[in-house]
Amino acid sequence: MSQRLQTAVGIGLAALAVALLTLLFWLAFNHPARADEREMQDYASPLEVVLSLDGSRIYALCQQSEQVRVLGATNYAVIRNIAVGRVPRGLSLSADGARLFVTNSGDDTLSVIDARTLTVTATWPVSAEPSSVIEDRAGKHLFVANRISNDVAVLDAQTGVEEKRLVAGRGASYMTPSPDGSRLYVTHVYPNPLRVRSDRDNRTAPESEITVIDTARAVVVDRIPLHGIAGVFHVALSDDGRLGVAAEYHPKNMIPLAHLEHGGAFAYTLELFGADVDKPVEIPLDELERYASRPFGVAIAPDKSRIYVTIGGSEMVTVIDVARLLRFIHARPQAQPASFAQDLSASANYVVARISVGHDPRGLTLSRDGRKLFVANRLEDTLSVIDTHTNRVAATIKLDGPKEISPLRHGEQTFYTSRYSFQGQIGCASCHIDSTFDGLTWNLEPDGFGRNTVANKLLEGIRGTEPYKWTGTNPNIPTECGPRTEKYFWRAENYDDRTLTDLAMYIRSLEPRPNRWRLANGELTPAQERGKAIFERTVDKFKKPIPEYNRCSYCHSGPKGTNQKTSDVGTRRPNDNASLLKSAPLTNVALTAPYLHDGSAHAMEEIWTVYNPDDKHGRTNDLTKDELNDLVEYLRTR
Amino acid sequence: MKRLDKLAMLVAAGVLAFIAPTGSAAPPAPAAPKMPLFRFENFTTANGLPNDHVYAVLVDGDRIWAGTDDGLAVYENHSWKTYTTADGLAHRAVISLALDKRTGDVWAGTMGGLSRISGGRIDSYTQLNSGLSNNVVYGVSVEGENVWIATAAGACRLNLHTNQWSLYNERNTPMFEIWSYSVSATPTKVYYGIWGSGVLEYDQKTGKWDKYDDPDGETEMVLFKDQGLIHEIVTSVSYMEKDKVLWAATYFGDSHYDGRYWHNFLTKDSGLPSNFTNIVRGVDGKRAWFGTDKGLAYYDGVNWAVYRPSMKDGKPEMTVRDAAGTVTPVTVTTAPAHNYILYIDFQGDDIWVATAKGLSHGVRQK
Repeated sequence: MSQRLQTAVGIGLAALAVALLTLLFWLAFNHPARADEREMQDYASPLEVVLSLDGSRIYALCQQSEQVRVLGATNYAVIRNIAVGRVPRGLSLSADGARLFVTNSGDDTLSVIDARTLTVTATWPVSAEPSSVIEDRAGKHLFVANRISNDVAVLDAQTGVEEKRLVAGRGASYMTPSPDGSRLYVTHVYPNPLRVRSDRDNRTAPESEITVIDTARAVVVDRIPLHGIAGVFHVALSDDGRLGVAAEYHPKNMIPLAHLEHGGAFAYTLELFGADVDKPVEIPLDELERYASRPFGVAIAPDKSRIYVTIGGSEMVTVIDVARLLRFIHARPQAQPASFAQDLSASANYVVARISVGHDPRGLTLSRDGRKLFVANRLEDTLSVIDTHTNRVAATIKLDGPKEISPLRHGEQTFYTSRYSFQGQIGCASCHIDSTFDGLTWNLEPDGFGRNTVANKLLEGIRGTEPYKWTGTNPNIPTECGPRTEKYFWRAENYDDRTLTDLAMYIRSLEPRPNRWRLANGELTPAQERGKAIFERTVDKFKKPIPEYNRCSYCHSGPKGTNQKTSDVGTRRPNDNASLLKSAPLTNVALTAPYLHDGSAHAMEEIWTVYNPDDKHGRTNDLTKDELNDLVEYLRTR
Repeated sequence: MKRLDKLAMLVAAGVLAFIAPTGSAAPPAPAAPKMPLFRFENFTTANGLPNDHVYAVLVDGDRIWAGTDDGLAVYENHSWKTYTTADGLAHRAVISLALDKRTGDVWAGTMGGLSRISGGRIDSYTQLNSGLSNNVVYGVSVEGENVWIATAAGACRLNLHTNQWSLYNERNTPMFEIWSYSVSATPTKVYYGIWGSGVLEYDQKTGKWDKYDDPDGETEMVLFKDQGLIHEIVTSVSYMEKDKVLWAATYFGDSHYDGRYWHNFLTKDSGLPSNFTNIVRGVDGKRAWFGTDKGLAYYDGVNWAVYRPSMKDGKPEMTVRDAAGTVTPVTVTTAPAHNYILYIDFQGDDIWVATAKGLSHGVRQK
């Protein structure tokens, strides 16, 4: 080796060593948390935002990067990014401001953050899909709303040990305390199960509630009924405790989903309750030519002069003058249940501003003096800062993350916006709440008025389960979501090719949520094992062979529980145009009531105890009640 | 002769005067044991109850729940409110009640399913829409996160966390008959009273079942009185976990079991007003209340008291029977609404009693 070569190699090795040392140094001092990795890879997707008690810090819960991002409230500079659990959904501050709580809906944990050191001090296991958390004033209990188990868990605030669970509405998700802390108001995103049976079970108006909890006794003391409502989101109380406000959807699923211009699919409303309105009253946010699609976050000004509502699908914040609103209501006394939902002229009496913000605005919070409103724009990675005196966006805080809009991100934006539909009335997410479903049955106009009532189905995990539609007549997602949707649902703007492709890509990307009925070790319980044997059996209890087409495991085969074929299972209704139905996937089937193509079966058991008299939906009438229970236990693991 | 007679009488009178204490005309009655005194206030359709046939009663703090033949009534702030099937109740006839003390939820067993009343909302479970084994729910008891249910077709358990139903019947327990009439659940043991199949015991720790039968079989004869359970037709069980004592009621007498020894009660050798017992509610390991077809009875471990409208004239009646078997009437002005007692619950020192013709509130008198 020549001298020059040796020198070159030496210089090269030295340079490499310096580079390695530099890298090690950087890793040691600048790469302490996996959060920073995520920051580079993932969009932030801010979902909720709260301020520190002294108003100096902004805490933004970023769902996709799985962080709490801490910013200065005046200069908006990043103070810290705190990694939390999987798919965080809820964020709150303790009454003394010392602790931040984050519910992680993807791994069923609760992160406890020291607000002084900005570090996670504890991660506690909680129940299924925790969606929000509130600590009581005494610091004794934490209340956690669980979306999948439909309850509010009561935890010891110091140890995280669960003491009990209180029954809430289906899809329990959001909470707010009364100003004195004595009550907790809880909403839920899916309609409650039917209470009173009738012969029109799949065509009954949805019912929801605001669950009222006595925080000192930790018991449910009241339920404010919400008639005709399916999907209730943030709820807020005025500082004097006299006015409660909840954002909600009022679906028009009891009538055929006709052309949007002839009646619409939803009224987007607020439910008002409390002493100011005496009895609960529903008021619309929509106006004649412009809908307020998917209201989500609610904040009430400290002086109760204004209500601010984020409108996710319409990408705006609606501002309501409370004095005018109360005058409007009191001038028009109504019989209970009081609702102005269908009056599109109503909102002109109290909506004073509609402020455009970013994609899919969600959580919002007011500064203590009410001068600034911070809004989390989930699909834009920004926070809008609104000057409440001028009702204008004073600043837009950009959160760190990818600068480019990826096709997947674009597809998600398309899914959540309502801009493509006539008057901005609906978007995919109006019926597929948080990309899931809505628990409702709909009569879609394309098949004819009154024909083919169908239950809305879960989207997650649908990749590879084509054909789509209840009859299996749509071969792929672009067909399902493209011209058909544009023509029959949106009645307005078409998707361009790229948008439709990106939307389909997003829908295909929706993975199933973790199944909460499977044991952690992957094994089945004895009851699940017995149920599996029933699911897979080839002979009945009388030793008679079950034809292949009538075995559970034939139609519901494969990892997603569908053979992707159609068959007649004897559930055709007089108003159905077809008997052949696509075998439905079983992905997270325990979550997706009502069942059957038209939502006739309100519980899995009813598929067999009520709607399978002739054994056409599998051979089941030889089963005892114990065995049917075992079958249900197994299906819950799918 | 007449003079002789007179003399004899005088002598006899002198002897008697010597023997008898001064001022007494007859031997004194032994003092009756002190037993609880009540002033009974009765509720019927006349004062707000939806139906006079009251099958079950439950004390929930200041609220009283009454399961009637025509809905579930709740008494609060001096007025009754009734929940019906229009509110989501599984069936109009409510025949058993239980309180989840942790959450405040009330569970109502009906002739058409099981209902949960929570914050005014009713969710109902039936054999068609859930894993419930049968719609006729004779008994319900809440323990921790489990609701234990006695039905006309076996026992079952609903786990409130997992929503899993577990069914117990002749295929997986030593249950000879499946007509389950009563359940008493505690963190350590769960007892079922089975109509025609004795008492079933479930050990929470081991998950195993055991069974207690009448050693005499199904006959109504009692060959050896304290040999075991008094009869196979068990209508009610009440387990006192702290004292590890089981009280069991049957249509042919009642039983007390301390884990080793049985002690049985029959009308012929106790203060029980009738062997036909619908319900037993233990106070502790020594004391219990019994609801029979001939009145309400209380046993304090030694003595008995019976409260009822008189079997002869319907007037309020209370009797006390001491350990020697001496029965002493106690003057009272009120009595339970009817002799046929179906359910009992306690409100501090007060007692609430469901009867065939109204609901009774026994206000304890000091």
